Amino acid sequence: MSETVIKCESVYKIFGENAKKMLEEANGNVDAKTFQEKGCIVGVNNASFEVVKGEMLVVMGLSGSGKSTLLRCISRLTDATGGKIFIEGQDLLELNNKELIELRRNKMGMVFQSFALLPHKTVVENIAFPLQIKGTNTEESINRAMEMVKLVGLDGRENYFPRELSGGQQQRVGIARSLAVEPDIWFLDEPFSALDPLIRKEMQDEFLRLQEKLQKTIMFITHDFDEALKLADRIAIMKDGIIEQLDTPANIVLNPATEYVRKFTEEVPREKVLIIEDVMDAPSKDNLGDLKVLKDDIIENVAEKILTQENIVGVVDKNNNIVGSIKPSKIIDTVFGGRKNDS
Amino acid sequence: MEYLKKYPKLFQWLFLLVVFLALCFAIEVPETYKFIRGQAEFIKDPNQSVYFFLGKEVRYYAFDVFWRLPPLLGWLPIWINDSLFFLMNEWMPMEFWNEDTQEFKTRPLLLQISRNLTSFMTFLIELIREILLGGLETIVAFTSWDFIDAYPWLELPGLPWTIVAAGAAILSYKLSGKGLALFAGLTMIYISIFGQWKPSMQTLSFILVAAPLSFVFGLGLGIAAYKSKRVEKALYPILLVMQTMPQYAVLVPALVLFGVGDHAAVIITMVVAVPPMILLTILGLRAIPPEVIEAGRMSGCTNWQLMLKVLIPTARRDILIGVNQVIMVCFSMAVISAFIGAKGLGFNLLLALNQLNIGLALEAGLCISLIAILLDKMSLAWANKQTDYFGNLTFFQRNKNTIFFAGSVVIGIILAYIGTFIFKESFNYLFEVPHNKGISTADFWNKGVDWIFDTFFVYIKAFNTWLIVDVLQPMRALYLRMPAVATLVLAVGAGYIIGGIRSALVVSALTLFIALSPWWDRALVTLYMATFGVVISCLIGFSVGTLCFQNKKSAAFMLGVCDIFQTFPSFVYLIPVMMLFGITDTSVLIAVIVYATIPATRYTIEGLRSVPVGLHEAATMSGVNKFQRLTKIEFPLAFPHMMLGLNQTIVFALFMVIIGAFIGTEDLGQYILKALSDKNGAGIGLTLGICVAFIGLIFDNLIRTWVNQRKKHLGIA
Repeated sequence: MSETVIKCESVYKIFGENAKKMLEEANGNVDAKTFQEKGCIVGVNNASFEVVKGEMLVVMGLSGSGKSTLLRCISRLTDATGGKIFIEGQDLLELNNKELIELRRNKMGMVFQSFALLPHKTVVENIAFPLQIKGTNTEESINRAMEMVKLVGLDGRENYFPRELSGGQQQRVGIARSLAVEPDIWFLDEPFSALDPLIRKEMQDEFLRLQEKLQKTIMFITHDFDEALKLADRIAIMKDGIIEQLDTPANIVLNPATEYVRKFTEEVPREKVLIIEDVMDAPSKDNLGDLKVLKDDIIENVAEKILTQENIVGVVDKNNNIVGSIKPSKIIDTVFGGRKNDS
Repeated sequence: MEYLKKYPKLFQWLFLLVVFLALCFAIEVPETYKFIRGQAEFIKDPNQSVYFFLGKEVRYYAFDVFWRLPPLLGWLPIWINDSLFFLMNEWMPMEFWNEDTQEFKTRPLLLQISRNLTSFMTFLIELIREILLGGLETIVAFTSWDFIDAYPWLELPGLPWTIVAAGAAILSYKLSGKGLALFAGLTMIYISIFGQWKPSMQTLSFILVAAPLSFVFGLGLGIAAYKSKRVEKALYPILLVMQTMPQYAVLVPALVLFGVGDHAAVIITMVVAVPPMILLTILGLRAIPPEVIEAGRMSGCTNWQLMLKVLIPTARRDILIGVNQVIMVCFSMAVISAFIGAKGLGFNLLLALNQLNIGLALEAGLCISLIAILLDKMSLAWANKQTDYFGNLTFFQRNKNTIFFAGSVVIGIILAYIGTFIFKESFNYLFEVPHNKGISTADFWNKGVDWIFDTFFVYIKAFNTWLIVDVLQPMRALYLRMPAVATLVLAVGAGYIIGGIRSALVVSALTLFIALSPWWDRALVTLYMATFGVVISCLIGFSVGTLCFQNKKSAAFMLGVCDIFQTFPSFVYLIPVMMLFGITDTSVLIAVIVYATIPATRYTIEGLRSVPVGLHEAATMSGVNKFQRLTKIEFPLAFPHMMLGLNQTIVFALFMVIIGAFIGTEDLGQYILKALSDKNGAGIGLTLGICVAFIGLIFDNLIRTWVNQRKKHLGIA
């Protein structure tokens, strides 16, 4: 079991005067409607979860669901109204201003939806900014920033100003800036939402490539369910400040916990999301055909092969040990069947 | 009844009007009432009534309370005077070391502070003045007169005008480009050749001291207000009043506190120039996207780092627009400060106007206008300047401006040196063209004015007489005929109909202050002149704006014209009207109309422009013609913005009416002008200034409330 990096224990964020007092009186039973009547808006309602090292947790929700507020509580851009937040075992809310600044300078990086670049600094200066704030000398910080420029593929544009770049390029700068101090924890607040669809896909692929290399602990905010499925290790779906379901993409697609979550999963092409392991049965005692598929294969990629078989197909792991079996009919069930039952 | 439901406001207005007129007719003019003498003039007269308040004797002419309220605030100017006197001369006496006499001397604290402040300001002004013009005061300040006698070569020689001209051109080139550089160079050459070099540089040195100081204070206070709600709340009323207070009026207390001269003018200029800087700083900081601030925080910025490295650079443009405002206010103050003895162009202008030498005044005025345009364009160019990709520039490319300036310094010095050989006998024209030794066109202009008078005298006179006898006098009589109570009812009623109880309270408080001051009649005269100006200005401005809007090019051209006219200090407008109409109320009114038409035109064009393109297209697709589009779509949507223009028009008109007192009117401005030469003037001047500011604020409150409601209604807030 890898170590826990971020841990939230019933975190609340309530906007408005007397929020703290009202939260105490509510005694753990926060109802958004009654709070609203008294002039308070509930941003985050009883959020508890953990993120382990190297994991990518995607928080997905529509606008106003409190996902950005949750992220800002964990980065302490706003102070949570109640609950506890631990970063690597440290109680975040107990930190004084100086310790908080230290934490941000060394452990955290954040990417913003609107890029939030400093308009008066060039690409390389923007990337070097967190380093210079930290007190790194100019030459070293510029050298490091140049490395980051190469990492995100902006070489040759290091002396441009943000307004001279396209949206995708600006966000590359934002990503490079957030990584400049080599943080362990990486927050991304809808980083690709402001980009065109094609650029967005390109940036998602690029992002996955980076994460493969860097293995950061990530909290990624998005309102795009497809994006969440594509990137996440685990997904937390939020509605009205409450985390409706927190699970792996496959489990969310197969077993939506609430009606709200199910609405998102309805239109999802399952063959593109699920892997064989998600739908396979126990190893079969019957005769297996010649075809063997890997348990990590995405269904879409092997569906044609399996469907042309008459026998049960064996499922193997990387070491070619049989771990399960799958009938061709099961594939048809998964792709077409589930939906009928649901509706 | 149906109409009543449909237009409830209309009926409220009608009702108010009926009540107002009824009051006007019901309340008779008292037989003893006479304009002007009806007010406290501090002359003893057995007919006056007397009351005591806070130990002060206040004299006034009593009337029926419905006709004119008694001046219950009459003690305020006297009290301000006495308090100032007490603070300056008696409060907190302390021992201070006196350099000259080498001993301790007892002096009131505030007096000492004021003296130290003024001597510091004098030092700064002298320093910059001597860099530009040469002199020895600065050296003496560090050493002594004996020292300078022993080493006379230490005297600062001053910069040859060629260097200053080249410097201005190079700076303009760096900020904007060739066009502005050419304009800057030509302006400087013009100033020099026409013998205005010395006063121009005096004015410039004044601005070079006042503007940076105002910038620093404005930025600091703006940041403080951004950070703390409490500071903002405390500053807000002061900012509001300062925006509508005539610049003229603040000069008066400056006399008492800091004496006469450049130093007093600089300090008081800061009082006027800091508010716009504060406003624009707050505006700029508020406009920063929250994510940029969060990005700064997540980078681990401390509060200081956040302010210096993230917030201020991001708000750069707004802050520099603030600098532009500061420079323009400083410049117009530099001209007006001539009234309290500041040297420079304003002083020459004032002198020329006093001698009725229109030619000289015109020359000085032209100089002032050119410098105003130059300063405005340069500071705006600075605000709008953006650095571009600077990857691989050579050393020369990166530093070419510095190199050129260094070169021009060398060449300028060599030229000036050569000049000493060429102009052995007379003045060295390559170093500095002395005042009145340049080319002067004054005679030409004076002759021109004479010719105009000789040729058109009959017509001008006829027009003048007609305007005064048939229009102005009756209008003025009507305004003065309003009983105070009727005016109050009108103001409060308007406030209530437009903005409810809150507006009614604000408006009535502001009106009451004026009504209870000793200058109600004067305020009415001010109001009548302003109203006349505003009505004509709006008629011209709205129609010219609408006409120009029909074509993109003419709209842009008209906005450019407005920009240029707006940079001129208001005082300058008096020159041409005096030239044409002599010293009459007509002159003032024409100046008011010209000056106040600027915002009316500008806001009309801007308002019409702000109508969304989508709506235009939708309208065109529904088949409306140009005229229908204008009346059905553009006017209704642009109207709120045009009303903001009306608001500005009123403020501009009030300013001009007040300054018009210089020509000789009978309004509040006349008393402000009088207060300048009165040893007890501070209190009167300040109270009068507040009265004028309040007139402006009454309209400001009403119009803004209405505009906000209307914008919310139209969904364009």
